[in-house]
Amino acid sequence: MSSPHNLSVPTPTEENLARRTRPTKTDLADRLFRYLMYAASGISVAILLLMGWIITGQALPAIKQFGLGFLVSREWNVPDLQFGALPLIYGTLGSGLISLIFAIPIGVAVAIVTSEDLLPHWLRSSIAFTIELLAAIPSVVFGLWGFYTLIPILLPLQQFLYTKFGTTIPLFSTEPSGSGLLTAGMLLGIMILPTLAAVSREVLLVVPGYLRTGSMALGATRWETIFRVVLPKAFSGIIGGVMLALGRALGETMAVTMVIGNAENISPSVFSPAYSIPAILANTFAEAQEDIHVGALTYLVLILFLLTLTVNIGAIGLVRLVERGEKSS
Amino acid sequence: MREIHKPAQELETAIQVNNLSFFYGASRALESINMTIFKNHVTAIIGPSGCGKSTFIKALNRIGELEGKIKTEGQVELYGQDIYHPQVNLNQLRRQVGMVFQKPNPFPMSIYENVAYGVKIGEEKVQRSELDNIVESALQGAAIWNEVKDKLHKSALGLSGGQQQRICIARALAVKPKVLLMDEPCSALDPIATIKIEDLIHSLRNDLTIAIVTHNMQQAARVSDYTAFFSTDESRIGRMVEFGETKQIFSFPVDKRTNDYVSGRFG
Amino acid sequence: MATKLTTPLSPLRNVFDRGMTVLAFGLTIVGILPLISVLWNIISKGLPGLTAVMFTKPIIDDGFANAVVGTLTMITIASLLSIPIGIATGIYLAEYQPTTRINRTIKFLTTILTGVPSIVVGIFTYNAVVLVSKRLFDFSYSAVAGGIALAILMLPIIALTTEEVLKLVPNNFRLASSGLGGSKFQTITRIILPAAVPALTTGVLLAVARGIGETAPLLFTALFAQDWADNLTSPTASLPILIFNLYNDPDPVKNQLVWTASLFLLGVVLVINLPARFLANRNR
Repeated sequence: MSSPHNLSVPTPTEENLARRTRPTKTDLADRLFRYLMYAASGISVAILLLMGWIITGQALPAIKQFGLGFLVSREWNVPDLQFGALPLIYGTLGSGLISLIFAIPIGVAVAIVTSEDLLPHWLRSSIAFTIELLAAIPSVVFGLWGFYTLIPILLPLQQFLYTKFGTTIPLFSTEPSGSGLLTAGMLLGIMILPTLAAVSREVLLVVPGYLRTGSMALGATRWETIFRVVLPKAFSGIIGGVMLALGRALGETMAVTMVIGNAENISPSVFSPAYSIPAILANTFAEAQEDIHVGALTYLVLILFLLTLTVNIGAIGLVRLVERGEKSS
Repeated sequence: MREIHKPAQELETAIQVNNLSFFYGASRALESINMTIFKNHVTAIIGPSGCGKSTFIKALNRIGELEGKIKTEGQVELYGQDIYHPQVNLNQLRRQVGMVFQKPNPFPMSIYENVAYGVKIGEEKVQRSELDNIVESALQGAAIWNEVKDKLHKSALGLSGGQQQRICIARALAVKPKVLLMDEPCSALDPIATIKIEDLIHSLRNDLTIAIVTHNMQQAARVSDYTAFFSTDESRIGRMVEFGETKQIFSFPVDKRTNDYVSGRFG
Repeated sequence: MATKLTTPLSPLRNVFDRGMTVLAFGLTIVGILPLISVLWNIISKGLPGLTAVMFTKPIIDDGFANAVVGTLTMITIASLLSIPIGIATGIYLAEYQPTTRINRTIKFLTTILTGVPSIVVGIFTYNAVVLVSKRLFDFSYSAVAGGIALAILMLPIIALTTEEVLKLVPNNFRLASSGLGGSKFQTITRIILPAAVPALTTGVLLAVARGIGETAPLLFTALFAQDWADNLTSPTASLPILIFNLYNDPDPVKNQLVWTASLFLLGVVLVINLPARFLANRNR
């Protein structure tokens, strides 16, 4: 076919446009690539589903034997093959809650200091960067530090609280040995701090400046503005960050194992040694012989899996809510 | 400074600006502004974009200081008190010189809470019933009471842009300022909402002194008693070219640049 | 006429405002102290005992060379598995109909996978790999299993980072390439990925650093070994497990080994993290 203008590209006609739709080498590569991407993205999903399936399957004997009563039964006795999850749920949730008590005020303070213009910009980003680095430290190194440095620092304080208030306040009613629920909670609080601070900071940074200006223009001071306008606006996002951090805390293994005391206790005292689900798994899963013991431990895995799943879905939901709010406003 | 036709002595001065200059870092942004804002009148500040009119108005309640490194030289007096005096309490200043911004910025709370906000953070404790009264009269003052009286406890963010802007005006009125600064209050609004705000400005003049920045010359002509024309020269430094009664500025401008600007875009 | 501008703020408001500033700074300093303390602690205890022998001898001869090699082996296996699959998942999430329900579901589940506790990943891998390989191939705890466990942890992180990074590539690039007749494959491999390489590298490095420091997934997969591992299918030592297994060992020599291994582990992790995070922050 010769073109009137002698161009090398043939004039498009119905015929040769149609020919283009026949698969060429490029088209094949395109299709192959697409299938590869699809397949790859299915792998994460498959892993997650397989995980749920295998864990549930392995836990099934224990689920059948103990039922939901497992959740509220207080006895964890390996020689008698009596297994109840309550002390471990208590240790997991207890240390998680204590970690939040420490991490929330510090994390939100860091987020405010690094997002409001109280400091010059370079200093703000340096502080944010430093806190972020905490997230880089391996869990087991935190455990080592907790065991050899944090415990010696906290022990005298705990002893003081025990001798002063031990008889009046149940929270301080047992003699501290260093390891225990409070120590684990505090260490966890330090470990989840970067997550909490980073999410809160991000949320605070997207609070529009005109809300701050609007408040200051009415004569509000900086902190009146922060408490009455900025934090309420950022509230749901910060709660999302808190839940994300809580999810981390509940699943945290090594550091907790090294400082929680590892005893299946339920005590009102935060000084008494406790045991969390990840910690008991780390310590005893490899040694478990009897099927029902392994089953009970896997039942714990399932509980932990579902617990963190719930918390994380909540966090994702809140973050989505915030994002949607951003778009609509 | 050009002559003002009506003798200024009969009028009471709300804000007196003397030799006010601004610097961003080392570079000068606005040079030696001298201007009087008269009590119970509306003063419009017009000029091409980038002439510094917004920077200027934000210096009158020192809110511009929040937005970054800007240095101010010269003097601004609010009823004879220097607002740049080192001991000035900015919170006190901003309660007396209220401000309405370009983009409506209601807080993410109810209409009632928005208007009550400034009163609640104030120094004196206000009873609930009195607060109700203040909110109602502020909303009435902002000519929006009838539209929102049935949904005072609904979120202010559910209102239209024009309504939001009037909520912001009500919010500013609730703390009973002496002067109200408006920084292009209608630039984000549709024509009908704009007319409502302009009517409102007219009625507010009886109790309030208003300074309004606008890029819309018709608007300046409609709402203001006095007009200041700002412009930049080749060196991009903003200056006040002419100040006078609005009628005079729009009909018989003295300065050629004012004439060019006013006739070029107006009429 | 106007209230006096120099009337000070009421004492209560003044104290509240200043007090809160002091409190916020105080809490921020409290938040920074642990990092300094950890670094000081590990350096001051790990550095004095550092000897060259530690890098050449296995644990049984009071070195940690086999743990270093084990960690390297497993992170290499994990990287080989998780980086290609993770990047491919990220490409799917960002480039193939990101608004469809199936795409969003996959993104949601991938996000959920990042939140699964590492110990759960460890026990899952024990069940899915160690037990299976024992039945089928006659080996149980192994570097392969450890590598797979680490890969499961790194995979969703890499996938989500890739997605985020690709979404930052300006849409003009896609339009321009398609406008010239480029296929999706060509557009992605020739235009989009090259544009995203710096940020992608940062994200992958952070995931690798995370994998290097993980302990819990290795407990029941790679297990531990005092001596050199025979091959990829035998139990393998790693730095994190060394620290965990020996941290309260009464033998002072082993104790020193723990501190120095921690120093080395922390050093490696920080050397990867510092520039990667610095660049990530600057790009943002």
